[in-house]
Amino acid sequence: MGALILNATMQTAAGSRVTMTDSIKASDPAGTASMTGAPRSAGTTMAIEDVTLRYGEANGVLALDDVSLKVTKNEFCVIVGPSGCGKSSLLYLAAGLNDATSGSIKVDGREVIEPGPDRGMVFQSYTLFPWLTVRANIEYGPKRKGLPAEQRRQIVDQYLNEVGLAPFADHYPAQLSGGMKQRVAIARALANDPAVLLMDEPFGALDSQTRGTMQKLLLRVWERQQKTVLFVTHDIDEALVLGDRVLVMTARPGKIKAEIKVDIPRPRSMDVILEPDFIALKRRILGLLHDEIDEDH
Amino acid sequence: MAQRRTAWTRLTTPFANIPASTATTLALAMWVAVIGGWALLSYGRVVPNMFLPTPGTVLDTAYRMSLDGSLFYHTFTSAKVVILGFIVSSVIAVPLGLWMGTYRAVQAPLEPLVNFIRYLPVTSFVPLFILWIGIGIEQRIAVIFFGTFFQQLVMISDCARSVSRDLVNASYTLGTKRGEAVWHVIFPAALPAILDTLRVTMGWAWTYLVVAELVAASSGLGYISLKAMRGFQVDVIFMAIAAIGLLGLITDTAFRILRAKVAPWAP
Repeated sequence: MGALILNATMQTAAGSRVTMTDSIKASDPAGTASMTGAPRSAGTTMAIEDVTLRYGEANGVLALDDVSLKVTKNEFCVIVGPSGCGKSSLLYLAAGLNDATSGSIKVDGREVIEPGPDRGMVFQSYTLFPWLTVRANIEYGPKRKGLPAEQRRQIVDQYLNEVGLAPFADHYPAQLSGGMKQRVAIARALANDPAVLLMDEPFGALDSQTRGTMQKLLLRVWERQQKTVLFVTHDIDEALVLGDRVLVMTARPGKIKAEIKVDIPRPRSMDVILEPDFIALKRRILGLLHDEIDEDH
Repeated sequence: MAQRRTAWTRLTTPFANIPASTATTLALAMWVAVIGGWALLSYGRVVPNMFLPTPGTVLDTAYRMSLDGSLFYHTFTSAKVVILGFIVSSVIAVPLGLWMGTYRAVQAPLEPLVNFIRYLPVTSFVPLFILWIGIGIEQRIAVIFFGTFFQQLVMISDCARSVSRDLVNASYTLGTKRGEAVWHVIFPAALPAILDTLRVTMGWAWTYLVVAELVAASSGLGYISLKAMRGFQVDVIFMAIAAIGLLGLITDTAFRILRAKVAPWAP
């Protein structure tokens, strides 16, 4: 059974190896980072160092091979990669839902050893609690924290409005569409005020029109809330529309192959996908991913 | 589109809904067919009345036994045995089953044992229960318990185990502690399935009634039908069987209502 082993501590790889990813740094005209919406502090929120994940025993499948990355405070960082490259596995490790074979993950300087409310997560599958109303779902985290009722009500109201679902506060998840469910899931994760928001292809199950609406909504919420986000997707458009920085992963075993700064100014509209800068970045990522898919066959 | 669909297409489409009136009509027609067939066989003397009493005789018997209060007395005794046995069983099986389904460390020792006991015939334990517990109501409750508990345990454990892992994972990322997950997530998520299990096993509890009242009982619907067999009172046996069936139907409906009240969100 793939039961979680939550209390096992992760081993930090002995010795500090320098990881050489053949990262391609996009030319970063001075000040683009600070131009992009909210003011950014330079502090690192999440640091993933030399993380390796092997399923099963020593000769098992190598899912992640020596992955290192840093997510800066208030940054929107996106990981793209071919399916099965271990990008979701990496997110599960960051959430503390699974243990790395070696390496370390730190959030705000604290080692990740188990899941916690400082790392909110939005899953690809619908994970709203079906027995709770929309309101009670969003209230779940603040309730676990032991916040007083009045404060909880304020938080819930704020995020209900943020995702535009106030009229559906007393509905059950079964009464909502897929897009609405994911909006509640985002509100629920944000209501907990996590240090980092992990998003595992949250719009992957939605139709393309709804996906566009959700991306717009997420951008708006992120620009207002100033959150640190680590977002996983296989959709290059989605990565470039949302992200400050896109990390491209190799096919299994997953490694970070390239790092691309997205210099498209914010606030971004959905029309950016038609702009030359956008298309140039997209072409580059497509090239990187095609190499991977070709190597795979 | 919908208008062009004939009633027949709708009736023969997999999972398609049919109007409530049609459903009721079909249900009533079934009863009419069963009772009509019974009446035909018995009144028409196709089967001798010694083996198959007429519906009229059974109703007469029910009326007669209602007048002297004995029907209610026996029904009450039986209901008490079944409901008490079922409650004792459920009160232990629900939390233990939840644990079993949640923690491999609970499942690993219990499951092989439970799966062994589950297949033991309840009937063969009756003499042992009499020896150990005596011939009071406790013995009969023990039979119901034995017949229900181990089945419940396995089924409820399955209910808990089939709760989505992502639901539990999501709850962790929202601040749920490991020890709280059973109560905050797995129990509410499994609740509709648990209530369905209870409803189904309640039916099984009723079927064990006659076994429970086989020996050493001096009242109850199972007891009177066993006694009636010695006197060839087939009408009494039929009445007792019908009474058990009706009681089962009532508890079944009660569980359906309870489920709709407790878990209105579940389909």
